[in-house]
Amino acid sequence: MENQVPSIWGAMKAKGYSRREFMYFCGVAIAAAGLERSGFGQVVNAFETKPRPPVVWLHFQECTCCSESFIRSSHPIVADVIFDTLSLDYTETLQAAAGTQAEKSLKDTMEKNKGKYILLVEGSVPLLEDGICCTIGGRSALEILKEAAADAAAIVAWGNCASHGCIQAAKPNPTQATPISKLIKKPVINVPGCPPIAEVMTGVVTHLLIFGKPPELDSRGRPKEFYSRRVHDTCYRRPFYDAGLFVENWDDDAARKGYCLYKMGCKGPTTYNACAVTKWNQGLGYPIQAGHGCIGCSEEAFWDQGLYERLPKFPGFGIESTADTVGRTATVVTAAGVGLHAIMSSIRKRKVIEENMDESVNINPPKPGSAMPADSVDEGGDAS
Amino acid sequence: MATATTLPYRRVYVWELPVRVFHWVNAISIVLLAVTGFLIGWPQTIWMSDEPYQQYWFGWVRFIHFAAGYIFFFNLLFRVYWSFVGNEYARWSSYIPHRKEQFLNAWETLKVDILQTKEKGKISVGHNYLAALTYLGLFFVMLFQVVTGFGLYAGMSDAWLPWLFAWIVPLMGGDAWVRQWHHIAMWAFVVFTVIHVYLSFYHDVVEGRGTISAIVGGWKFERDDEFDK
Ligand code: HEM
Ligand code: HEM
Ligand code: SF4
Ligand code: SF4
Repeated sequence: MENQVPSIWGAMKAKGYSRREFMYFCGVAIAAAGLERSGFGQVVNAFETKPRPPVVWLHFQECTCCSESFIRSSHPIVADVIFDTLSLDYTETLQAAAGTQAEKSLKDTMEKNKGKYILLVEGSVPLLEDGICCTIGGRSALEILKEAAADAAAIVAWGNCASHGCIQAAKPNPTQATPISKLIKKPVINVPGCPPIAEVMTGVVTHLLIFGKPPELDSRGRPKEFYSRRVHDTCYRRPFYDAGLFVENWDDDAARKGYCLYKMGCKGPTTYNACAVTKWNQGLGYPIQAGHGCIGCSEEAFWDQGLYERLPKFPGFGIESTADTVGRTATVVTAAGVGLHAIMSSIRKRKVIEENMDESVNINPPKPGSAMPADSVDEGGDAS
Repeated sequence: MATATTLPYRRVYVWELPVRVFHWVNAISIVLLAVTGFLIGWPQTIWMSDEPYQQYWFGWVRFIHFAAGYIFFFNLLFRVYWSFVGNEYARWSSYIPHRKEQFLNAWETLKVDILQTKEKGKISVGHNYLAALTYLGLFFVMLFQVVTGFGLYAGMSDAWLPWLFAWIVPLMGGDAWVRQWHHIAMWAFVVFTVIHVYLSFYHDVVEGRGTISAIVGGWKFERDDEFDK
């Protein structure tokens, strides 16, 4: 049943791939999508029969690092096949078409494949002054996004920009950069990271190809597959953390020995990503392995946390103050107040205390005639 | 041998045993939580010479924090329950200001304790309402610590209890921000403890009614004529 949109196998065949290569691709795709081996038949079947979904990849406020990451997937055949077989019908950075021709291709794709295409969005959308800060072909990012999202089968937000707003949304967010999930009512698959790991990206796309529906997501719209654990939980330096062995300085002995980077501001304990497992650059390593702390690039507002501070700065109390500076000051002021109060009370409440003493029972009435110290106040009443 | 000016006092059972147990479990777990929490926030390096397989001290610090967190939470739940079945001094109604005289008493206490004017009205047998107000405020900080603490804990636990609080994380914009506020709130307890312990002693000294011993044994002493006011 060769309709005008061929299956992935059809497209691969047309490009000259062998059946063996196709099977290899299916195997890798299973791994990328994190499926069990038993799903193999299902995958082969899906890729043989389902028409390959067209893909529209939009670019808004971004730096293209997500695209750069994507094309560096460690399984060349996956990237190759995905690029070859996904009909990337519109992606500003890679398409051959330009200008009105490109705009027409976008329109055509969306019209021809209403409700079938996958929408991948890289970049955030600025809302300031009707979105004037990011326009393409004379139309605002918001307008383009809304139109493209309306008939998409699935929507993926690539990277921290599209998921959380990234650096352009850092305080004071001058363009009102907004994550796309806040702008469209449909479910969005958030794939945060700056950039996301290539294998995570191909994994998500592969899942969409195989099942035609999003992978299991967590409460923040991220695929559980890749974002359910913190970098810290899978970090190879974790034993140093639990042992309380920390780097205190970038060039101290502990740094040379590879101790935990927590006190150097490592954000691994608060960052949900697959870095320590999947690793980067074809499995070569990840930032902590290179001696640099995690900067939390897949988390909301990570630019506002500071890259090298254990805790974010505390706003409103001077640039360098942290929660502890504020807390310490408050405690010292309180202690001083308490001390002052104690001194004041010992003067001003003296009379009250003396009255209390006067009211008390004196269990040792002084013997008549014995000398009484003038300042003795512990007797109840006048002894004489 | 009482002389003419000696006044008769009556003994009042103010803090029932469950309230006293709550108080000390609460105080001890908060101190533990604050100390271990502070260490989690900025661990001090000790035993630098040992290799990781020889020690696990930071792991233990975190363990104590989480264990104390559970105790703290259930203790707090118990106190909420007791505020419905306990005596009048322990009841919710003596913490939540809803009567005019509660505000008047709080104002009066402010004047007597801070401006140090002379006591005019009746000294309250249970808490004075100013103290009650700070306990109410502290109660909300405690709830906040429970929610943020268990919310963070959900990320590293499979138990169902922490997951009840996982919703706070997306609401606050991620673990890092939850930790920031969880850390800041710790200082509320430090400041509270300084004032609270001082004032307990202060009231004991100035009023001479056994404020301190009351939180251990339950009894306070009240002048006979106070009961007629
Ligand atoms: C009086 C109550 C509490 C105080 C004063 C307190 C204090 C702290 C402090 C200062 C931190 C360090 C935060 C940072 O710098 O990042 C912390 C961390 C933490 N606390 Fe608490 N806490 C309290 C209650 C709780 C409770 C009830 C729980 C629930 C189990 C809890 C769970 C946690 C967790 C999970 C962390 C993060 C630890 C880590 O990731 O290693 N806390 N706490
Ligand atoms: C040496 C330490 C302490 C002493 C002598 C002490 C003494 C007292 C006393 C006498 C009361 C009764 C207050 C009243 O009449 O208004 C009280 C209540 C209370 N204290 Fe403490 N306290 C101590 C430590 C702490 C700490 C560390 C905390 C927590 C941070 C704390 C939290 C509370 C709370 C929440 C109440 C109200 C209890 C209730 O009504 O159920 N205390 N304390
Ligand atoms: S280096 Fe960072 S991620 Fe690794 S154990 Fe230390 S704090 Fe956790
Ligand atoms: S280690 Fe942290 S900062 Fe680095 S890429 Fe992974 S999530 Fe981003």
